[in-house]
Amino acid sequence: MDALLSGIELLARWDVLAALLIGSIGGVIIGAIPGVGAAVAIAILLPATFSLDPLVGLTILLGIYGSSMYGGALPAILINTPGTAVNALTTYDGYPMTKRGEARRALALAYGASFFGGVFAIICLILLSPLLALIAPHFGSREIFLAALLGIILVVLAHRGQVFAAGMLAAFGIFLNTVGLEPVKYTRRFTFDQTWLTSGIDLIVVVLGLFALSQAFVLLVGRSETPHPQPVKGSMFGAMKELFQHKRVASAAASFGVLMGMIPGVGEFTAQFMSYTYAQKSSKTPEMFGKGSPEGLIASEAANNAVPGAAMIPLLALGIPGEALTAMMLSVFYVHNVIPGPQLFQNQLDFVYALYIAMILLNVVVLIFLLFATNMLTKVIQIPTRFLGVIILILSFVGVYSLRNSVTDCAIAAGFGVFGLILKRLNLPVVPIILGMVLGNIMEVKLRSSMARVKTPLDFIDRPIAAIIFVIILLVIVMHIRTLIKEHKNRLPESETDHDVHDSQMN
Amino acid sequence: MLRIKTLQDLFKRYRRPGDLVFAVLFLGFALFLLVSLGDQTTWVKRTKTFAQPAFWPTIAIYAMVRFGGLHLVGSLVSPKIEGRWVEVKFWLKSLEYAVWFMVYVLIVPLLGYLPASILFASTLTFRLGYRGWRWAGLAALVATTVVVIFKTFLQVKVPGGQLYELLPDTARAFMLTYF
Repeated sequence: MDALLSGIELLARWDVLAALLIGSIGGVIIGAIPGVGAAVAIAILLPATFSLDPLVGLTILLGIYGSSMYGGALPAILINTPGTAVNALTTYDGYPMTKRGEARRALALAYGASFFGGVFAIICLILLSPLLALIAPHFGSREIFLAALLGIILVVLAHRGQVFAAGMLAAFGIFLNTVGLEPVKYTRRFTFDQTWLTSGIDLIVVVLGLFALSQAFVLLVGRSETPHPQPVKGSMFGAMKELFQHKRVASAAASFGVLMGMIPGVGEFTAQFMSYTYAQKSSKTPEMFGKGSPEGLIASEAANNAVPGAAMIPLLALGIPGEALTAMMLSVFYVHNVIPGPQLFQNQLDFVYALYIAMILLNVVVLIFLLFATNMLTKVIQIPTRFLGVIILILSFVGVYSLRNSVTDCAIAAGFGVFGLILKRLNLPVVPIILGMVLGNIMEVKLRSSMARVKTPLDFIDRPIAAIIFVIILLVIVMHIRTLIKEHKNRLPESETDHDVHDSQMN
Repeated sequence: MLRIKTLQDLFKRYRRPGDLVFAVLFLGFALFLLVSLGDQTTWVKRTKTFAQPAFWPTIAIYAMVRFGGLHLVGSLVSPKIEGRWVEVKFWLKSLEYAVWFMVYVLIVPLLGYLPASILFASTLTFRLGYRGWRWAGLAALVATTVVVIFKTFLQVKVPGGQLYELLPDTARAFMLTYF
């Protein structure tokens, strides 16, 4: 209780509250603009937050992280273009509802479901905290190594249908992390006698290249488009009450979001897939799914908004990021000397509580903002796409250049920008590279320190948590093989699959 | 555009034109790294395998070669999708904007952050086909806003331009600090 009160005290500062307001409202606006998304915004803002107070910087980024999906639902519903990648499923039921003249109802349900999912996840996080504080100290080097390994395996296997590509890109990420002067034996790795490679390849430079610059290039090279959504009339608040009729779907979807968010490497897409499938199977009108079913819309939005809160669990408790955005946040924690992991819950519980409360507040701020400002947002999304590319390019410059005023960093980021564009065009995943870099570093450090006390391979898993994670790794692999065999038996011919609609990597 | 058949298909990512070109290039790069592995990493004496500096690069590169090879096989055995070279041309077109970006990076220390940003934004906007004073003004406004937010308020580290040296003392100090 003391920690909770002291957490509230930490937040009760004008700069933290201003950061919360700017982060959450900024996040909604950024999320609503198709082609920007939270990843681009967080990548650009990362270096700027380094000079801020830890809680202020983290609150801004958390605000953007937690609120962008609210904004992303708006263009998904109104113009059939998801604002952020994870709103793709929202278009399936949201847009048909708009076509039926039910745009207000669809938006209200999406906002309500998002709010429910977001707050549900944070409540789970708060309830789980004492348990986490109890379990986290039992995570030694080998447990963290195994959890990071599980994260890498899951991020590869979660990219269904593209496991090989995800595998090679994750391996590429691990490789990138090893380039430069290695800190223990001081040997050079893949520097090719170039001084600029000696200091290694900075994660933030890669993130800015792969997320921000690549998106700018995609927009600049592509055709210019200007979306023109219709304004929404009537009160949102009244329409939101309908959510109470779908309590079961919303709770189940949020639970899937929490579960999938907690597991590193899985994230929003799997959570949405599971909750949407559940909602459809348990619905009285399953034939309406994909044609404007409110249940489908709720399943999608409640699940994706529950993920950010839950993804904070492995990040805060173990220092293991589950996806690209939490990987970026991890670097902010490190810069401010807040080391996520078992000690955080023991030594800085008030800081953890302050983050939780900030997350609840941001959901409230966003909901209130959206209830009144939806029509203003429909104007924001009318920026022509190529001009948006210019804006992202200017912003990306600040992100990369302000890190250490290095032209080389900018050139590397530009290179990764082109690489990211190719990956996006091919619809190949970018996230495994980032997770490969972050988890690769964790695995290298933790394996080295844990092997000092291991005599035989079995010693590695002789502690209960290590053994459990190891069994999970085996189960995940076995289940994947089983699914592959099952899918192979029921597969669709290539000609019947769609090559064009999967834009899940666009942001 | 064909409708998706099953829910599961929604989450699968399918091949796009240019997949084979990328698969070949990636595998080629991975093989180059594999060949350089001996030269570019060191196996240190009296150190356990897991603590060797070369351990993780080896694991990563072997995984890149293996997965890259399987990805290439996947591309080879799948039916060809038309438009491969059109797609490669699209990739190459992005190089133009990478060059624009680098020119921007290089002119900032010369002209200063604010003038360079305004010049860059308005010229690139013109290049993209948004012509007329309205667009140029809008571009300049966006550039100024970004500079004011990041340099004036957030005080991010962007050095002043050499051009500022030509200004009178008071104006120079002001420009160096805020723009």
